[in-house]
Amino acid sequence: MDTSFRLMPQRASTVASQVDALYLYLVSVSAIVTVVIAGFIIFYAVKYRRGSPADRRMKAGRYFWLEVTWIAVPLVVSLSFFTWGAQLYFHQSRAPAGALQVHCVARQWMWKFQHPEGHAEINDLHVPVNQPMQIRLISEDVIHSLYIPAFRVKQDVLPGRYTSLWFQATQPGTYHLFCAEYCGSKHSEMRGRVIVMEPSDYADWLAGKSSVEMPLAGGRLLEELRCINCHQGGGATARCPPLENLFGNAVKLADGTTVMADEAYLRESILNPAAKVVAGFQPLMPSYQGQLGESEILRLIAEIKGLSGPTRAGASATSATGGPP
Amino acid sequence: MITTVTRPPKNYLNEAYNLRSWLLTLDHKRIAILYLLAITFFFIVGGVAATLVRIELMTPNGDLVESDDYNKLFTIHGITMIFFFLIPSIPAVLGNFLMPLMLGARDLAFPRLNLLSWYLFMGGGLLTLWSIFAGGVDTGWTFYTPYSSTYSNTYVMTTALGVFITGFSSILTGLNFIVTTHQMRAPGLTWFRLPLFVWSHYAASLVMVLGTPVLAIAILLVGLERLLGIGIFDPALGGDPLLFQHLFWFYSHPAVYIMVLPAFGVISELVACFSQRRPFGYAFIGFSSLAIAVLGFLVWGHHMFVSGQSIYAGMVFSLLSFLVAVPSSIKVFNWTATLYKAQVSWDTPMLYALGFIGLFTIGGLTGLFLATLAVDVHVHDTYFVVAHFHYIMVGGTVMAYLGGIHFWWPKMTGRMYPEGWARFSAVLIFVGFNLTFFPQFLLGYLGMPRRYHVYPPEFQVLNVMSSAGASILAFGYFFPLTYLIWSLRYGKPASDNPFHHTGLEWRTPSPPPAHNFDVTPVVREEAYDFHPDDTPYDTRVKAEAEEPADG
Repeated sequence: MDTSFRLMPQRASTVASQVDALYLYLVSVSAIVTVVIAGFIIFYAVKYRRGSPADRRMKAGRYFWLEVTWIAVPLVVSLSFFTWGAQLYFHQSRAPAGALQVHCVARQWMWKFQHPEGHAEINDLHVPVNQPMQIRLISEDVIHSLYIPAFRVKQDVLPGRYTSLWFQATQPGTYHLFCAEYCGSKHSEMRGRVIVMEPSDYADWLAGKSSVEMPLAGGRLLEELRCINCHQGGGATARCPPLENLFGNAVKLADGTTVMADEAYLRESILNPAAKVVAGFQPLMPSYQGQLGESEILRLIAEIKGLSGPTRAGASATSATGGPP
Repeated sequence: MITTVTRPPKNYLNEAYNLRSWLLTLDHKRIAILYLLAITFFFIVGGVAATLVRIELMTPNGDLVESDDYNKLFTIHGITMIFFFLIPSIPAVLGNFLMPLMLGARDLAFPRLNLLSWYLFMGGGLLTLWSIFAGGVDTGWTFYTPYSSTYSNTYVMTTALGVFITGFSSILTGLNFIVTTHQMRAPGLTWFRLPLFVWSHYAASLVMVLGTPVLAIAILLVGLERLLGIGIFDPALGGDPLLFQHLFWFYSHPAVYIMVLPAFGVISELVACFSQRRPFGYAFIGFSSLAIAVLGFLVWGHHMFVSGQSIYAGMVFSLLSFLVAVPSSIKVFNWTATLYKAQVSWDTPMLYALGFIGLFTIGGLTGLFLATLAVDVHVHDTYFVVAHFHYIMVGGTVMAYLGGIHFWWPKMTGRMYPEGWARFSAVLIFVGFNLTFFPQFLLGYLGMPRRYHVYPPEFQVLNVMSSAGASILAFGYFFPLTYLIWSLRYGKPASDNPFHHTGLEWRTPSPPPAHNFDVTPVVREEAYDFHPDDTPYDTRVKAEAEEPADG
């Protein structure tokens, strides 16, 4: 039997120590409240047990002020928990500029990670230390949840919609990666490792690693799937909207509204092109629903991003190496 | 010396013995006993599932059962315990038995609906039981889509149908309690003279009636998707998986208040009786039950902070969740204050009540951890959540249920339970419970996810502690099951009011006659009028003197 015993998990991200500080504040307040209440109960139950000689004369009068106090004080303390928690949560929801994007496709019962340069991993995720990483998540089947306890991050992975989480690892090492949303038979085996490396080690790893899937430089999906047959060749007579400089910019639609061409827009346009028809074009594009897996869609999106210059959307996947900014 | 053989007086138990008189009874007291037998059976089913789960979790590997079977075990444990034990427990057993008695009424407002509610409960329960034996269900009690609506190959629909049917049992019980409280109070029994047990059952009934239909709808929609392929929750069919979560939790969060509000009512009675004192802050306790019932409908999104729900919605739900904690803490403080300068005795029901206050405090405080957004991101879907809700459901509701069963056992059966064995069991249960569930808080923060059949070896020590505690807890539950049955024949015969409590149910014989009261009682005193000559202490907002006694 593994007799190792810890009270707190390792802290390996920028956010971990902040979450732990808030947690320890909650633990302290809870411990005090519990001890005080238990103390009063035991003290009163003993001192005033039936037949004991304690003085039981009660002062007449209203104890309204006592009720108000023990409503107001817990309320104020609760609001302190709320404020701190909400602030940190908001911080956790916004990936910093310059975060490296990694795509993650979850399916029963494995994780597929795809680095921007094209390197793909199954169940393991290599990341450089001190570099903000944003993981874009989608599921091919049921709801999963990516959970890295040492980083204190978790995000449900949904079918049909992108979600994301971000972290900045602060300590090289290997950490657990779990699926935290029950997803069927092998839910508890849907595990992996996050391997945090020094930047030089990470560069070595990238260079030495043979990709599982083709990097973007050769064999582009946009060509293989014939997207560029329609979407290339500009000019006023183009049949289809151009993909160059599309990602991260505003798109005017046929119904007069304007949308931002982000990952969700691109995914929807591939699977359900008629949902948002670009102004000035006919709804000619066929749907690729059922023909492409989520990994291929993510690769297409990465290729389309590569056709834009530095984007206004912030997160960029155009650098070939994953070094720190 | 002439020995006369006296026949025991006619009461609701001995007035007829045949099966028909039980299965077609309209007497709320008999229906309560029918529920008691049924939920005890389901508690055992759920308990067996839990035992197998805890034995499996003693080792990191899956050596007792296959993953698929493990997944069915925790699902069955959750479904049975929540829908077929906890939700009915106090309302359907103690509530059904006591509400008319406490109100001075002959029966509930709708005795036939009451019997129907039991049959609906049994119908749903038997269907679910069939599903368990036919092959089980493995979705978790939360039935998240699209796993439950498209992917699971187990008996999802029959189990869900069982829950659907049983839900109507809950609705009818709630309806009955609400109407009875409004319409059938004895003369002089104004709202502020009601026992707090009635207040909390009234509040819980509001939740039963308003919340349960939403669960029914959610289950129905899962059925439409699973059986007819209509895309509601599965994105592959054009649906939205989060829609299910909203519908499900809109009921299931208030459902936890259905489980705990009646427990609060029991505890108020026990603390009052064994302090021989009116509960401190009676009006605050009463109103806090209503506040919990209302606010409880506004916080469901706290189950969905990492689900993909908007972060702004998360912030609103977090704030509201902190607000709903306040009325519960009011109760804890008021119960503690009731002991001050009281006459406290340590009978078994009081041991359960004091244990409840401690364990519910811990459970409630850990709820604040979960309401804190950034901490929830880390502990959501881990054993921290499992520990939290077991502290409230088992350390809370089950302890209150057992305390209530012991307290009203003399009234229901005419027999006293053996006090020595009962106290020993209460302490054993308290110890076993803490050893089982406290390590799970630590496991959760360390990162062990819930619903895990196999786990990394470093979690083993805490899991072994938890399983060891579970064996003590199981042993502890075994005792009341045995001595309560024993007491039916060998227990000391009980007087009308063995614990010297106020309340109209104690003015009838133990056990009561079928018609409850020979003469409709007229109430002239305030609630909990233990010491009519005492200097009153109270916290009513109004500055006026006490209400004049009615005619």
